[in-house]
Amino acid sequence: MKTLTAAHMERCIGCHSCSFACARQVHKLLSWNTAGIRISSSGGLSTGFVAKVCLACDPAPCAVACPTQAMSPRKKGGGVIHKKDLCIRCGKCAEACPVDAIYLDLKKRPFVCIHCGRCVKFCPHECLEMRESESTKRAKKEDAL
Amino acid sequence: MIRDYFRVLVVDLATGKGNVAKIEGRNEFAGGSGLGALLFDIYGHAQRPWDDPDQPLIFSIGALTGLFPLMSKTVCSFKSPYHDQFAESHAGGRSALAIRFADYDAIVIKGRAPRLSCLSIGMSHLEVKDVQFLAGKDVFSTGKLLRRMFPGSGHRSILRIGPAGESLSGMACINADTYRHFGRLGSGGVMGSKNLKGIVIQGDGSFALPDNKDYSKVFDEVYEKMTGTDMMSKYHNLGTAANLNVLNELKSLPWRNLQATKDDDIAGITGEKFADDTLLRNAACAGCPVGCIHLGFVREKFMEQNQYMYRQVAYDYEPIFATGSMLGVTDAFHVLAIMDEIEKVGLDVMSGGVALAWATEAFEKGIITEKETIVPLAFGDAEGYKKAVNYLGQAENEFYAALSKGTLVAAKKYGGEDFACVLGQEMAGYATGETFYVAESLGFRHSHLDSGGYAWDQKNDKKDVDAVCDFLIGDETGRAFITSMVACLFGRGVYNDEQLSACLKSVGYTEIAENMDTIGERVRAMRWKVRFDTGYDPDAISIPKRYNEVTTWKGKTDPEYLAALKKEYGNRIRNLVSKEALIRLGLDKYEKN
Ligand code: SF4
Ligand code: SF4
Ligand code: SF4
Repeated sequence: MKTLTAAHMERCIGCHSCSFACARQVHKLLSWNTAGIRISSSGGLSTGFVAKVCLACDPAPCAVACPTQAMSPRKKGGGVIHKKDLCIRCGKCAEACPVDAIYLDLKKRPFVCIHCGRCVKFCPHECLEMRESESTKRAKKEDAL
Repeated sequence: MIRDYFRVLVVDLATGKGNVAKIEGRNEFAGGSGLGALLFDIYGHAQRPWDDPDQPLIFSIGALTGLFPLMSKTVCSFKSPYHDQFAESHAGGRSALAIRFADYDAIVIKGRAPRLSCLSIGMSHLEVKDVQFLAGKDVFSTGKLLRRMFPGSGHRSILRIGPAGESLSGMACINADTYRHFGRLGSGGVMGSKNLKGIVIQGDGSFALPDNKDYSKVFDEVYEKMTGTDMMSKYHNLGTAANLNVLNELKSLPWRNLQATKDDDIAGITGEKFADDTLLRNAACAGCPVGCIHLGFVREKFMEQNQYMYRQVAYDYEPIFATGSMLGVTDAFHVLAIMDEIEKVGLDVMSGGVALAWATEAFEKGIITEKETIVPLAFGDAEGYKKAVNYLGQAENEFYAALSKGTLVAAKKYGGEDFACVLGQEMAGYATGETFYVAESLGFRHSHLDSGGYAWDQKNDKKDVDAVCDFLIGDETGRAFITSMVACLFGRGVYNDEQLSACLKSVGYTEIAENMDTIGERVRAMRWKVRFDTGYDPDAISIPKRYNEVTTWKGKTDPEYLAALKKEYGNRIRNLVSKEALIRLGLDKYEKN
C-alpha cells in the first residue's frame, strides 16, 4: 500500500493548496484546517514550512487510544480510518498521535489523512508523493524471508 | 458563509468589546474595495482628522476569498495620515484567508486602546491584550513575540507595526505575515494612533461547500490555468524584478532621484542578478499556488573571526527601484540590506526610498546638511541609507519628522519642491511618460495599479488627451471590480469577465455575476465619493518640475500636454461623482457621515 508522504517540504511555498484540495474533495468542506494535511510554518515564515500529516503508524497509537473504535487501523500499510458515526468526539486520538496529525475542529470532530493521494496533484512544487509505506516494506521483507 | 449580506466584526479598542454587524449591500458592492468604502461611509467621519479615535481602520475581503486560488488579498481602508483623505491599501499573506475562516467579510476597528495593545480574533474569540512591553520593538521581534503569545501557527495571520507606525509616520506600513505589506499612505500610522501594535487573526472555521457540482469543476479549471499554463510564469519565474531591465532599456527607470531614466549600472540589480545570486526560495500567499514572493538573503559579518548572521528579505520590482536605482545603489546585496532595515522599522519601502532620494539630492545641493540628516547622504552609499532609514522611521529629529509626513512637507519647509518625486505620494517606479505622471498623481490610491497608465505610455506615443482619459477611466472600472473580489491583480489575466462570472455563479453569487460592470462602476464611484467627502481636489495636486526635465523613450515631457491631460483627467474623475452618476448607480442615498 502506498501512503502520502510529505517528502520535499523544503520546496514548500506555503500555499495551502494541498489542504484545500483535501478539505474540498475528501471532506466536502472549505477550510485549511479540516483536512488530512495541514501546513504550518516551523517558527515564523522565514523558517520554511512543515506538513502535519499522518505517518501511517503500524500499530497506530491513535487507534489504540480510541475508546469506541471509531478510529481503527487500516487493514494493511499502516494508518487509520475514521468512522464519523461511531465517534464520540472525546479527542483521545488526537492526544495520542505523536506528530499532531489529527485535527479537531471547533466541534471536536477529528480529521485525519486516509492516504488517498488526491491532494498530490494540487501541490505546485511537487512536495508530496505517494510512496510505499514503511510498514508495507517491512511486511514485504518479512514475506520474502 | 455564502450570504447576501456582509458579516462584519466591529471592535472598539477603548472598551475591548465588539459586535457582529449585518451590513446590507452584498450584491451592490461585492466586497473588498467596495465594502471598505461602504464601511467608511457608515463608520468614518469625513470631516474629522485621521487620528481622531473614532475613525475606523477597516480590513475587508471578497466574495470569492478562500473559494478560488489567488483570491488572496485584503483591502485596508482608512483615513490617511499622509493627506488626511480616504485611502486604500492592499496586501496578501494569510490575512484574507484568516478573515474568511474566522467567518467575517470585514473587520472594523475603532477607538483607541488606553495602552499599546494587540487585538486577537477568531471564529470564537475576541480579545484586546495589553502589550505595552512591545513598545518600540521592531517588526521582526514583534512578530516573534506575538507568535509565542497566540496559538494557531500556519492558520493565522499576524498584522503588526514597527517604530514608524508608533511614531505616526505617514509612510508607516502594516506588515502582514512578515513578507507582505499594507504599504502605501500610512495605514501603519493609523494603527499607531489607535495604540494597536498587532492584530492576530485566527482562521479556525470550516464551511460547507456550495451545494452543486459546478464548484469543483470551475475550481479545477482555474487551478489548471494558474499552474498548468504559462499565464502566470512571469510572476513565478523572475518575478516582477524582471521589469528592472525592461524599464531601464525603455528609459523609464528612475535613477538617483529621477536625474536619469537609464543607467548601465543596471547589471548589478536586474531580476536575473537577484535570482542568480541572492534568491533563497519562493513563498506564496495562502491560497495562491503561483508563489510570486521571492526571498533573497542578507548576510553580514557582525564580529571578527567570521561570525555571520543572515536574514531573508522579500524583494520585488518596486522595492528594488526604491532602494536600488532611485538611491543609486547598484549592488543587489546592498539593496537587500537597505530593504531589511526598512522592514524592521516598519516603513513603506517605496515611500521611504523615494523620500531619501530627495533628501540625498537636497543634501548634495546644500539645502540641508548633516544637522538635518545626522548622517551624510550620498547616492550609492548603502551604509548611510541603512542609518537614515532608521532615523526616518523613528522621526528622529525635526527634519526626519517632517520627511515622515511626506517629501513635499519637508520640501516646503527646507526647499527643493522642484525635484521632489511625488505624484500624489512618493512615486512608483515607472517614469514612462505623461500618462503615468497624471494617472498616479490623481489616481485613487496614487498607485500605478489604479489603472494601466504606465502600460499605455509604453505602447503609445500619441498625445491624445481624450483617448488617454477614455482609457484610464475605462480601465479603472474593471480594476475596481477585481479589487472588490479581492483578487490578486497578478491574476487578472486568468480572471477575465467570463471566468469571474463562472466562478461567482458556481458558488451562488449569480446576481453579482450578472452585474459585474455596474458593480465596478458603483464601487469606483463610491470610493471617489468618500474620497471627495474627505477633501480630495484634483486641482490641488501639482506635478513637480522634475517630471518636465525627464527624458523617456518618447523624449522630453511636454509640459502643455501634461497640464491638459491633468486637467481633463481631473474633470473626468469629478464627473464620476456627479449627481446624475450617483443617482444612476443608486448612491444618492448614501449621505456623508
Ligand atoms: S494519525 Fe497519528 S498516531 Fe494515527 S496513524 Fe497517523 S501518525 Fe500515527
Ligand atoms: S492523501 Fe487524501 S486524505 Fe490524505 S491529505 Fe491527501 S487528499 Fe487528504
Ligand atoms: S500544496 Fe505543496 S507547496 Fe502548497 S502548501 Fe501544500 S505542500 Fe506546500
